[in-house]
Amino acid sequence: MKTQLIISIKIFAFFTVLCGIAYPLLITGIAQLVFPEKANGSLIIQENKVIGSELIGQKFDSIIYFSSRPSATEYNPMPSGGSNLGPTSSKLKQLVVDRRAQFVEFNQLSRSENVPSEMLYASASGLDPHISPKAALLQVERIVKARNFDNNQKQQIMKSISELSEAPQFSFLGENRINVLVLNLELDKLDNN
Amino acid sequence: MTTLDIIQVLLFIALLIGLTPVLGKYMYKVFTGEKHIMLPVFGWLEKLIYKFVRVNPDNETNWKSYTFGLLLFNMVGFLFVFLIQLFQAQLPLNPSNLANVSWHSAFNTAVSFMTNTNWQGYGGEITLSYFVQMIGLAVQNFVSAATGIAVIIAVLRGISRKNTDKLGNFWSDLTRSTLYILLPLSILFAVVLVGQGVVQNFNSYETVQTLQGGEQVLPMGPAASQIAIKQLGTNGGGFFNTNSAHPFENPTPFSNFLEMFAILIISASLTYTYGKMVGSTRQGWTIFSVMMMLFVTGLTISLYSEYSTNPVFGHLSSMEGKETRFGITNSVIWSTSTTAASNGSVNAMHDSLSPLAGMMAIINIMLGEIIFGGVGAGLYGMFVFVILTVFIAGLMVGRTPEYMGKKVGAFEVQMAIIANLSTSFVILIFTAWAAVSSYGLTSLNNAGPHGFSEILYAFSSAAGNNGSAFAGLNANTLFYNLTLGIGMLIGRFGVIIPVLAIAGSLAGKNITPNSAGTFRTDTWLFAGLLIAVILIVGGLTYFPALSLGPIIEHLLMNSGITF
Repeated sequence: MKTQLIISIKIFAFFTVLCGIAYPLLITGIAQLVFPEKANGSLIIQENKVIGSELIGQKFDSIIYFSSRPSATEYNPMPSGGSNLGPTSSKLKQLVVDRRAQFVEFNQLSRSENVPSEMLYASASGLDPHISPKAALLQVERIVKARNFDNNQKQQIMKSISELSEAPQFSFLGENRINVLVLNLELDKLDNN
Repeated sequence: MTTLDIIQVLLFIALLIGLTPVLGKYMYKVFTGEKHIMLPVFGWLEKLIYKFVRVNPDNETNWKSYTFGLLLFNMVGFLFVFLIQLFQAQLPLNPSNLANVSWHSAFNTAVSFMTNTNWQGYGGEITLSYFVQMIGLAVQNFVSAATGIAVIIAVLRGISRKNTDKLGNFWSDLTRSTLYILLPLSILFAVVLVGQGVVQNFNSYETVQTLQGGEQVLPMGPAASQIAIKQLGTNGGGFFNTNSAHPFENPTPFSNFLEMFAILIISASLTYTYGKMVGSTRQGWTIFSVMMMLFVTGLTISLYSEYSTNPVFGHLSSMEGKETRFGITNSVIWSTSTTAASNGSVNAMHDSLSPLAGMMAIINIMLGEIIFGGVGAGLYGMFVFVILTVFIAGLMVGRTPEYMGKKVGAFEVQMAIIANLSTSFVILIFTAWAAVSSYGLTSLNNAGPHGFSEILYAFSSAAGNNGSAFAGLNANTLFYNLTLGIGMLIGRFGVIIPVLAIAGSLAGKNITPNSAGTFRTDTWLFAGLLIAVILIVGGLTYFPALSLGPIIEHLLMNSGITF
């Protein structure tokens, strides 16, 4: 009994050093050497200021930006979270009705417009950085008006959407999507020119 | 569903079948002491460990001593993780100054990670320091998985040996599982994950001014190293609150595919190791086929359910609780894999799944986590069903039941029944308790039958050592922390101890040679019988509970009723 206990403690100590200290340090070392930007959160830096991470969505509800998805945490990552509302939740039903009406009105679309599902439902993490390219296209007219863009600038936006749209990875994994933060940064650039 | 969706599903399954013999053969070599490719890399470390703890790896023990060592080792791990949570504010590597954890939450989390459950009553980024995550939890991710592998290897020795009481040396099985299987795969996998964008650093949280003029705090930390092992070791405990739905844990469809694959690969491969160790790979493939058939059935029902119209909302394919980059198909492959194996990580919120997809997740867990299952745990859980099946088949034809030439007697069947009942006891009794008590009901996030499903899911998850949740349930309360903690302990050791007892008993028996009257266990007939036993035992035990939750919810949803 006593020897078994001593063995337990010693071998546990050994694995703690190996798997709890050496292993994460080794991975951190390799990561910082080979993929420093990614290992540190894929941060976007402009004029020496961090304005966000390419991977973490931000809240956009202003008329001059492409809107991001609804989020149960309003894009606050501390902590991340979904709504956890179930398929027979009356609360969720009401939210979806409201979001649809809001999206249609905000973007001056026809009432029968088929609003993409991701714009009506909150994401799992509350931090989803993407929307579908279709959801972006539906917002273009509204942004052009709000920013007083001319036809040339509108064409530029359309071009950005098609360039920034990501097809499924290796052409078969995942879904078509576009990063809202990156797209909105493009928008600001267009306006400054 | 599109063609692309179907390609992703088929590729996933094909890769699983293709790599099973490769890794399975490698693991066979590791445990039988044959030469293998990791020996030159970590062989010296293995010798160093034996020298340090003064263990002779060739010194094999009987099942009682093997079990005793296993329990002691797990107890030491539990105490360590419990204590460092209570004092994390005083310990280093806590750059965001997180406070000490409450005792009942610390108890729950320590049990949770020791038992390979990784149920999380807390949100990682706002609760636990880097110190606790790395030195406490990540270590348990390794050793709890290694414990599972050790148990199944001991069982396999019990089946294949004769007239001995020796099942192996727990310390050496533990060491080899960690050094040669879990660690090398994790290192490889973690580096690939960082390449996809998973964070791996020791920075403090980054405060940023968002483009629209708000403030956002970005959590950081050594996530990739922990995610690699939490997937491979079927642990499932996320670094961040939303687990692999969090873009820092799972940034791309490719990282998603690998993380899903990592859930099942070791458990699937162990069936091949099984076949090799008992001397007939057909036996292994028979079990693999049973697992695969159950997996594909669950996946098909879930996909069908998720791609059907929800009459409440009136349109196809709800994206509630799902990420755009994964879409429906990858969320469903994940929800099926993570519950079939006792992984419990998520990339979509199971609480928001359609009723039948949510039900398949619960059923996968309720069947005993044997559809590939936890590493080691899935296969020894399946072994319990195999014993029951040969027993029932023996009764039907009026012969003494045999498995691999070993006579299955009253003791083995009693132990198998204990293993089986301990999980159903937790699921049904505790769910009933929570459902009729005020302290159980105040934690609910959804009303109506879905609320009941939240409770049922929680205790199934604890008993099956899964760890995923209908996460709307606020489980970080005294009642849930304690009952779920106890549930996890019963669900883990209430199976391990009887299973090792069976192994010990089988090892002592002689092997009777095959004859014309032997009931073969490597045929489609046996596979069919095994599936029937699994479904009847699971179905009869849990059907009433399921009909109060997801089944009635499905019917009500189709009538457009909400709560």
